[in-house]
Amino acid sequence: MTGVHAAGVVKRFGDRTVLDGFDLDIAPGEFVALLGASGTGKTTFLRILAGLEGHDGGAVEAPEQRTVVFQEPRLVAAKRVQDNVLLGMRKTRQTAKAAAGALAEVSLGGRERAWPTQLSGGEAQRVALARALVRQPELLLLDEPFAALDALTRIRMQALVAQLVHEHRPAVLLVTHDVDEAILLADRVVVLRDGRVGAEVTVPFERPRRRGVPGFGDLRRSLLAELGVVEAIGAS
Amino acid sequence: MSAGTVAREEVAGVVTTPTASASRGTAARAPSGRRTRDLVLRASVPVLLLTLWTVGSATGRIDEKTFPAPWSVATTFADLVTSGVLWENLVVSLGRVAVGFAIGGSLGLLLGTVAGLVRLGDQLLDPTLQMLRTIPFLAITPLLILWFGIDERPKIIIIAAASLFPLYLNTHSGVRNVDRKILEAGRAFGLRGIGLVRSVVLPEAIPSILVGLRVSLSISLLALIVAELTNAPKGLGFLMTSAQQYFQTDVLVVIVGIYALWGLSVDLLVRGIERALLPYKNLGGAR
Repeated sequence: MTGVHAAGVVKRFGDRTVLDGFDLDIAPGEFVALLGASGTGKTTFLRILAGLEGHDGGAVEAPEQRTVVFQEPRLVAAKRVQDNVLLGMRKTRQTAKAAAGALAEVSLGGRERAWPTQLSGGEAQRVALARALVRQPELLLLDEPFAALDALTRIRMQALVAQLVHEHRPAVLLVTHDVDEAILLADRVVVLRDGRVGAEVTVPFERPRRRGVPGFGDLRRSLLAELGVVEAIGAS
Repeated sequence: MSAGTVAREEVAGVVTTPTASASRGTAARAPSGRRTRDLVLRASVPVLLLTLWTVGSATGRIDEKTFPAPWSVATTFADLVTSGVLWENLVVSLGRVAVGFAIGGSLGLLLGTVAGLVRLGDQLLDPTLQMLRTIPFLAITPLLILWFGIDERPKIIIIAAASLFPLYLNTHSGVRNVDRKILEAGRAFGLRGIGLVRSVVLPEAIPSILVGLRVSLSISLLALIVAELTNAPKGLGFLMTSAQQYFQTDVLVVIVGIYALWGLSVDLLVRGIERALLPYKNLGGAR
């Protein structure tokens, strides 16, 4: 078990420097949420960890066994749910059993033979989660996986992820712009600003977590302030 | 209906977007009373034409020498079948299409995949193939005969050339338009190279490839007809030319009917393949 070590990561797109000496370590089994306004490079960092993008400077170490859940399910339409879960793996009796197990974990037991077109948005995203978990990853990369879901499905999905991460214990990087989500799920929240670590907070709350426990509002406000947002809606 | 559909696809150009056959879908879902009505209406025009033909021939309004009566066509058909002549020549023609299509179709599939996938392949192959595509393949028939003589080779080459382009174009665009995000998901789950092509690219491109297959198969029939009309010692085309020489209009009509059946079978075949490869296409879903 190695976890993630990233030091001084630099990433440029043309003459725009997105990551400018970004440091982040994630211990094995630790859940880190990476917060940032849009366009700050948080997804870029996740993609570097996933091996989908190179970097222009610094050092990045990530475990070999890493999987991703994207914002969209990204399932292959011409493959049944089971084959989507096993994408890139050899289908044996053993892996088929593992796929069935992973689907059961995301409450889609028995849907192995369904087609992606037969699934709702939330179900498809749960298949994507099963696809990421069936490989027993040491690092689970979550790229705004709840952003495209409706509000109710999102709450259920967040609880499901919290529970499954608790059971499987991978290191997790959750990229999000939702402060509540970060506080509810993560052990540690890192704010990305100007290509570097802008702030870093260890979330002090016991699990299972609820919105509105004492201190939640304060932490939320301070993180929003780090993001440059003052939340006050309505006339004073 | 089938012949009409096929012709339209050919004229409309070779890249068409995959569509489910909508009319069939609605007919299947309609309640049974409306379904019967639907069937009756669809059958009415062909039945009317057949009746006009029969009545016209029986009353002598249609000249037997110009256009034979339905019963003479039926008798001739039966003769051609029982004497084994039809079968013998049909097998030769089927063989030519099978070989020509196997060569042209697999080349089209291969080149389309390479050009759709790899930038270098696209740069090297696509401009040339797009240029060659504009040559009406039937126009090179005399050249091919000069080059290769009158044996099987020019016939096979014409059929191969005709079936190459539709499959190339549709595979190329199908592979090219595979959702990059799904490709990336494949890469994120460790797929590279051939594995990525097999597990993600081709499955995602199948609908386009099947459109190409359908057009390729029907164009290969056209190529066959032209190829066999010159210097074929055997085959349906040979039957046609000799029937023409002896004013056997009944034989000609039989063979035209065979070609039509051939076209229809191609259509049914591709539909069967579609159903086998894309079982998810006609499913109702939650979305």
